[in-house]
Amino acid sequence: MSGDPIITVTGLRNSFGEHVVHEDLDIDVRQGEILGVVGGSGSGKSVLLRSIIGLQRPDKGEIRIFGEQVDHTSAEQELDLRRRWGVLFQNGALFSTLTVAENVQVPLREFYKNIDEQLLSEIATFKIVMSGLPADTAPKYPSELSGGMRKRAALARALALDPTLLFLDEPTAGLDPIGAAAFDELILELRSTLDLTVFLITHDLDTLHAICDRVAVIADKKVIAIAPIAELLELDHPWIQEYFNGPRGRAAAIEKAA
Amino acid sequence: MSFEADFTEQDDAGEHILRFTGRLTVARLGNVPRRLEELSSPPGKADVSAVDRVDTVGAWLLHKLNRDHGATIIGASDDAQRLIKQVSIADDPAKTRPDADGPIARMLRGIGRGTLEAGSSLLGLLAFFGGLLIATGQVIANPRRFRLHALVERFESVGVSALGIIGLMSFLIGIVIAQQGAVQLRQFGAEIFTINLIGRITLRELGVLMTAIMVAGRSGSAFAAQIGSMKLAEEVDAMRTIGIPPMEALVLPRVLATTLLMPLLGFYASFIMIVGGGLLCWVGLDIPPTTYIQRLREVVPLTDLWVGLIKAPVFGFIIGLTGCFQGMQVQGNNEQVGLKTTAAVVQAIFLVIVLDAFFAVFFSSIGWG
Repeated sequence: MSGDPIITVTGLRNSFGEHVVHEDLDIDVRQGEILGVVGGSGSGKSVLLRSIIGLQRPDKGEIRIFGEQVDHTSAEQELDLRRRWGVLFQNGALFSTLTVAENVQVPLREFYKNIDEQLLSEIATFKIVMSGLPADTAPKYPSELSGGMRKRAALARALALDPTLLFLDEPTAGLDPIGAAAFDELILELRSTLDLTVFLITHDLDTLHAICDRVAVIADKKVIAIAPIAELLELDHPWIQEYFNGPRGRAAAIEKAA
Repeated sequence: MSFEADFTEQDDAGEHILRFTGRLTVARLGNVPRRLEELSSPPGKADVSAVDRVDTVGAWLLHKLNRDHGATIIGASDDAQRLIKQVSIADDPAKTRPDADGPIARMLRGIGRGTLEAGSSLLGLLAFFGGLLIATGQVIANPRRFRLHALVERFESVGVSALGIIGLMSFLIGIVIAQQGAVQLRQFGAEIFTINLIGRITLRELGVLMTAIMVAGRSGSAFAAQIGSMKLAEEVDAMRTIGIPPMEALVLPRVLATTLLMPLLGFYASFIMIVGGGLLCWVGLDIPPTTYIQRLREVVPLTDLWVGLIKAPVFGFIIGLTGCFQGMQVQGNNEQVGLKTTAAVVQAIFLVIVLDAFFAVFFSSIGWG
């Protein structure tokens, strides 16, 4: 399942003024895997995501996606890169003045001007249904949806261009356990149908156990470990032990084993 | 080799076959979807063995061939078959926009909704005014609950930081009045009356009115935006649960600040306008400052100053009240903050001008003309 790395980050350094978030950080994401990224609050998980997708300019370091160095690309190459990945932001970031279906159509309209309206609306609808929403959500506005539905609608938009790489920022945060489990299932299912590689930031221990092939732990400004979860549990780093073997971590592991 | 999707039609043993080539992906579709709509005869089979990649959109087109014409898909790879299966499960046609009304119904609905909104907004403003009076009464009965710190903070943002922009605006307006007045009055050889014009119009009307417009734009809008975003972030609800009445903590200091500061700012603006006008009289009309001041004292009655100063706190009250009221009306999404901020400014300026007209009639009928 896991193949060549499609994202490689080496020697990344990010800072805000005096505050250094990342120092000499390395991480790689392999083709076809679901990589979970964990770390304490404020450890720079979202900053790492923003650096990779080009929203935050790092001070130092090299980021390669699909073999291309991100900050050395021409505008055209960058657009080409952007249509090969989808991003699900933490709060969905749906455009509030557009309906769900129109939100899904935005990237399609932007990149492929010659698709006719009929096909556009068909595409939007099946993407929405594939993301696990009923078809009658299509003409609704984001403010009419619940938090979980909004996440799914945002996922439908992230998948609009059939990306091969999907970035998810805390997709199950704020969902009830049933909704979160269903979302995990959905990601697994989409991964196998669409052949996705997933970069997943999460605090949800259940998600980590249920769907991640490998987990990267960010602490002390760098990735201190990146391995399948079973191997992480063997390490005796105090933070990792506390994170995975604390009361909540054990509960999630038991659930997984059961 | 070209990646563009393409297909050819063939008749083979009485069966119509479509043979696809290239990549059936959204990036490479070209005119294939349109041509598929305009097929000469319904296909019995679609051969995709020569296709080297299929994505969900390609799978959707194949699924439609199967759904609409009963065509069997042959030669699909495992991946493609899985995709076609997935999109066929997801086939559930739906609208992409809510149903729209016809033009007449939409117009009627717009008028009705507009009337209701205007009415409920006025009623709401009245109720809000009542709520503010009750809060004021409670604070007067229990003066310890008065938030002096919040008030002083508003004094700074509404008053002190506005001095620069209001001063500049007033200075320029003073110059413009003097210049325009002089041009017209010169035709009658009555340039000296420019001083009457400047003195009376600035103290009675323009000083306070222009300041009110500036304060509505600067502070009324800021009130609406601040309170509106606090409402969205549930800060206002948090205050209520802790036992802090928002009327008392948020609204009263703001309304009090605009009410108390408007007379000061209005007077300041009138003064600067007179200075600006005086400068133009000196430079453009050769009227020296001493003559200018002496003439001002002769022709401008003290009642003109009172007219301005009586109106100012009323205007300030209206601006503060509408700003806070619109802020408290925000609910739902971020777009509302913008809408309500705009509404606060428009409503405040509108009410100020309407009241100004009433004041003009009132003052002239009590002989302060």
